[in-house]
Formats: sequence, structure tokens, C-alpha cells
Amino acid sequence: MTSPMHSMNLLSTRRLTLAYDGTSIIMNLDLAIPAGKITTLVGPNGCGKSTLLRGLARLLKPRAGTVNLDGADIFKLSSKAVAKRLGILPQGPVAPEGLTVRDLVAQGRYPYQNWLQQWSKEDERLVEQALATTGMTALADRALDTLSGGQRQRAWIAMALAQDTEILLLDEPTTFLDLAHQVEVLDLLYELNQTEGRTIVMVLHDLNQACRYADYLVAVREGQVWAEGLPAQVMTEAMVREVFGLECRIVTDPVAGTPMCVPLGRKFNLQDVRL
Amino acid sequence: MNKGWLVIRSRHFRVSFRLERRVPAVLLTLLLVTLAAMALNVGQGEYPISPLEVLKTILGLETDNPDYPFVVNTLRLPRTIVAYLAGVGLAISGTILQGVIRNPLADPSLIGINAGASLAAVTLIVLVPSVPLFALPLSAFGGALAVSVLIYLLAWDKGSSPIRLILVGVGLDAISRALTTLMVTFGEINSVSQALVWLAGSVYGRTWEHVWSLLPWLVVLVPLAFVLAKQLNALNLGDDVARSLGSQVEWQRGLLLVVSVALVGASVATAGTIAFVGLIAPHLGRQLVGPTHEGLIPVSALMGGLIVVLADWLGRVLFAPIELPCGVITAAVGAPYFLYLLVRNRKP
Repeated sequence: MTSPMHSMNLLSTRRLTLAYDGTSIIMNLDLAIPAGKITTLVGPNGCGKSTLLRGLARLLKPRAGTVNLDGADIFKLSSKAVAKRLGILPQGPVAPEGLTVRDLVAQGRYPYQNWLQQWSKEDERLVEQALATTGMTALADRALDTLSGGQRQRAWIAMALAQDTEILLLDEPTTFLDLAHQVEVLDLLYELNQTEGRTIVMVLHDLNQACRYADYLVAVREGQVWAEGLPAQVMTEAMVREVFGLECRIVTDPVAGTPMCVPLGRKFNLQDVRL
Repeated sequence: MNKGWLVIRSRHFRVSFRLERRVPAVLLTLLLVTLAAMALNVGQGEYPISPLEVLKTILGLETDNPDYPFVVNTLRLPRTIVAYLAGVGLAISGTILQGVIRNPLADPSLIGINAGASLAAVTLIVLVPSVPLFALPLSAFGGALAVSVLIYLLAWDKGSSPIRLILVGVGLDAISRALTTLMVTFGEINSVSQALVWLAGSVYGRTWEHVWSLLPWLVVLVPLAFVLAKQLNALNLGDDVARSLGSQVEWQRGLLLVVSVALVGASVATAGTIAFVGLIAPHLGRQLVGPTHEGLIPVSALMGGLIVVLADWLGRVLFAPIELPCGVITAAVGAPYFLYLLVRNRKP
């Protein structure tokens, strides 16, 4: 892997507009993803954060503006060249019945293979390494459909790791997982960032988890970046009110020391709260 | 290490492959069973010949009876070979289609591709009774391609959803069949009776000429399918993942569909509409070697060939001397199997 630290912003957008069927989801958005850090996108349902992630990953062609990878328009680069530098794990991916974990992880080597070179030593090494990193070696010969949700998600992450990209995008990697497995997956991503310096961008629903794991927090509202920066700066009562339309109190996470959002609502309204 | 794979890697060149470990043994077994079934099939008939004599005759060795070479090599062998080749074509076509539209219930015969091929071929037989044999695969390919393009256009919705594709396909299947019936009803009696036998999916009376009109298609398309196996694996993980891996999804899918459709066209043109082979063969293949296409395509190809050869044999043995077309046998076995898969796939 090339050093991710040679530029501050590996991945960025310039006046990016993304649309589905003529409806603009993201409008004129400028965003720079800090290299070597964990960036988390948060926002209400339908705010466009998943669309933005798809746009960053070259899965959606911009209506206007550009997504730049190291300064070059990502749509002018070849598919395989991009795939060697940037991987994305979509939300709730489905594997064919009977596919084993090892078969899936081996798919991560697709961008490095050609007709003659289909299984090099390097492919084998990186697949074994990805299995080991995600703790899936013992389960490698099991079919994916026989595993628990958490194990399955780890297998998909292993596939993305075998792709050996400096940037990893994940769309809600913790959906459908119980709390223990959510923490396990987020810890895994944190360790990947710390030990290998991979740039990670993910969409998360849980604001408190977002604050705990993010170096850089981006709050998205109606297709625009409403606030971005360190979680301690972005995560304010005003932000949650404006972006999510919810009154809350921000306290300090007793374990992580990061901001923690405690929602109010109709049952517990402002008059009752003495914090 | 790598319990599940067989790895072939050159020390000096940048060449390497990997294959599901079970594949070679499964292929060998299928090959042997197929050879036995072929010998059995060739020996069967009003003039029975033992499998051993069949083998000797084919190899050109001395046999007990001077009539054997004519009966075996001229009358019966081409028929079995046509059955086998058609089965191979239909099975690979089904394997590709199931992978591309990510639906294990997909089969070209269910979504109108076979029906489109028959419509074009029947139209040609009825309108131009003197049509040369090699033109049939071409027109069937044209018909199959037309239906697939229609399916794609009508079902296209920002990256064709599998369910929509199948529903549109079932509709087009019904329309093509209705038009075929129309052709048969208005056609001239002699050419119609020729078309009818062929429509039922029979390899009755197939000659070496038929073998030579089908073989070139397979010689080109089968290796192409093997080469595209890797693309099929990527597409099988969903469009987003495939794209993220660097696959040019639309282009690869288009190419794979053309290969699948051409295989159907050529097979249907030579052996008629033999249904359900494209559904059953890949399914049995997956049970044997899993869903990775480098192994699955050859295994289901041999499986498809074996199925049609066996169906042809059964059709001739069951109610002898009356002969059932092999398409009737595959449908009789395939329809319940399809229902079974439907019920099993209902639970998520």
C-alpha cells in the first residue's frame, strides 16, 4: 500500500450534485475527506448521506461537479485503477447461497487479476491476512449463509480488506447487528485505521458511536453539509435540533470522554429536565 | 492451507489458477456416466445393440454384425451427440443467466428466450420450407436475442431488478408461444408437421448435418463462457460490490447475456425447445461444487449434456415402441423440481 499520508485530502468533492431520476439528493457539495482518519457521516433518514457515500465510491455518476481521488476526477480513472485504491461495502450486501467465506474474501482480489494471473502468491497472502485480521480464519471454509450476522459482516469486511485499498467506505456497517457485534465491528475498523493507516469513511446511525469512533464528523442535512469537524465541535444541541429536528442534551460519555447525545422528546420534555 | 482449493501456479510465468477442489473428480465422474449413458442410448432401439458392441463399433473395431457401423454411426450416434451438445448449451446458458440476474430460479426457458428462439425458427420453417439447416440456429439466435432485448428494455429500471426481469420474461414467453401457435395454425400442412415435431423438443432423426450446424457455436461460445466465469462471480455479489471491485458491470452483463442467448438459440434451433435443463443442471452443479463459476460452468455443462442424453434414452425406453420427445421427459421431471425450488426459496 502506498503511504496515505502524502496528501492531506485523498478524496474530495467539488460542487458535487448527485441525483436519482431528476431529483437532486446532494447539491453543490464541497467536502474533503482527511487522509488516514476515520470520517463518519451522520444525518436523518433521507438526508443523502448514503447517496453521498455512493457518489464518493464512483457508484453514482454526478449530475454536476466532481469527485476527486488524489486530485484526479474519479470518473476519468479506469474502474480497476479506482478499485485498487478505494473499496466500498454497501449496506446489507447479499452473497449467493453456499458461497464460503474464503471464496468471498478471494473476490476482493478481482481488480488485481487477469485472464492468466488468477491466483498469485500475493493474492493468497492478502486473503489469508484479511481472514486473520478479521478473526475469520477458523470460519474460512464455512458457507456464508450458515454464519451469524456479525460473522457475516466481518467476512464482507475481510473481502474489502483483501482488496487492499487505502480508502475504505462503509454504508452502515453495523445495521442488523446486536450491540456487542456493533462494537466488535467498529473496534475492528478502528484497529485497521490505527495499525494500517487506512482512511475510513462510514455512514452511522448511532450518534454516540459516531462520536466515539470518528476523528472527523460530518453532519448532513437536505443534501448539504450542515457541520463538519471534530466530534466535540460538531456534536452540539443546536446541531441535533437543526439537523435531526430533535431536542437533546449533550453530556460527556463516561467511558470515552466524547460527546453523548441524550434525547428529550414528548415524554421527557424541557420542563422536566434538570441537568 | 487452502483446504477448499486446488491451486495451479507457474514458477516462471505470471500464470496462476485456482479451482474448487472437488471439481476434477466430479467432472471425471460425470464424463464416465455420460459415456455409459450414450452407449446405452445408442444401443437402444428396434434393433438393440449391447453397449460393448456400440463402443467397439464407434472405435472402428471388428464387430459381430456388419450392419452395426451403419446403425450406430449413421443412424443413432449423431442423434445422441446432438442431444448431448444441446444439453451442454442449455445448461451453460442457464448457469450464466442465473448468475447475471442473481436468481437461482431463472432459466432461459422460463423467461421467453427459448420461446423467442422457437418462434423465429418455426416462422422460418413455415415460411421457407426449403431453408438450409445452418440458417436455423442463426434465426433462432435472432429470435432469442430479440426477446432478451425486449426483456431488457421493458424491465430496465436503473439497473434491471431481477423480479421485474422475470415477470416481464414470463409475459414475453406467453406472447411468443401464442405467436408460434399462430404460425403453426396458418402454415402449410407439411412444413407445419415438421415444425411440430421439432417444437416438442425432440432429437428424433438428427443427422451429422445437425451436429455440424450446432458444434461451431459451442466451440466459440463455451470457451468464452469459461473466460467470463470470473466476471460472473463478481456480478453475483450484486452490482454495487461488483462495481466496487472494478468490474464494468453493464458491459460485462451485456456480454454474458449475449453468450447465454446465443447458446440457447443454437441449442433450440437444433433440438427444439427442451425446457428446464437450464434450471436443473446449474442447481445440481451447485450442490456438487458450490457457486464459484470457474468450477460450476464446466460441471453444469456436463450435467446438462447428461440430462438430455438420459431424457432421450428414457423417452425411447419408457413406452417403447412409442417414442416420447426428450423435451417431454425434461419437462415432466423439471416442472416438479421447479416447484420444489420455488417452495424451498420462499423462506428467506
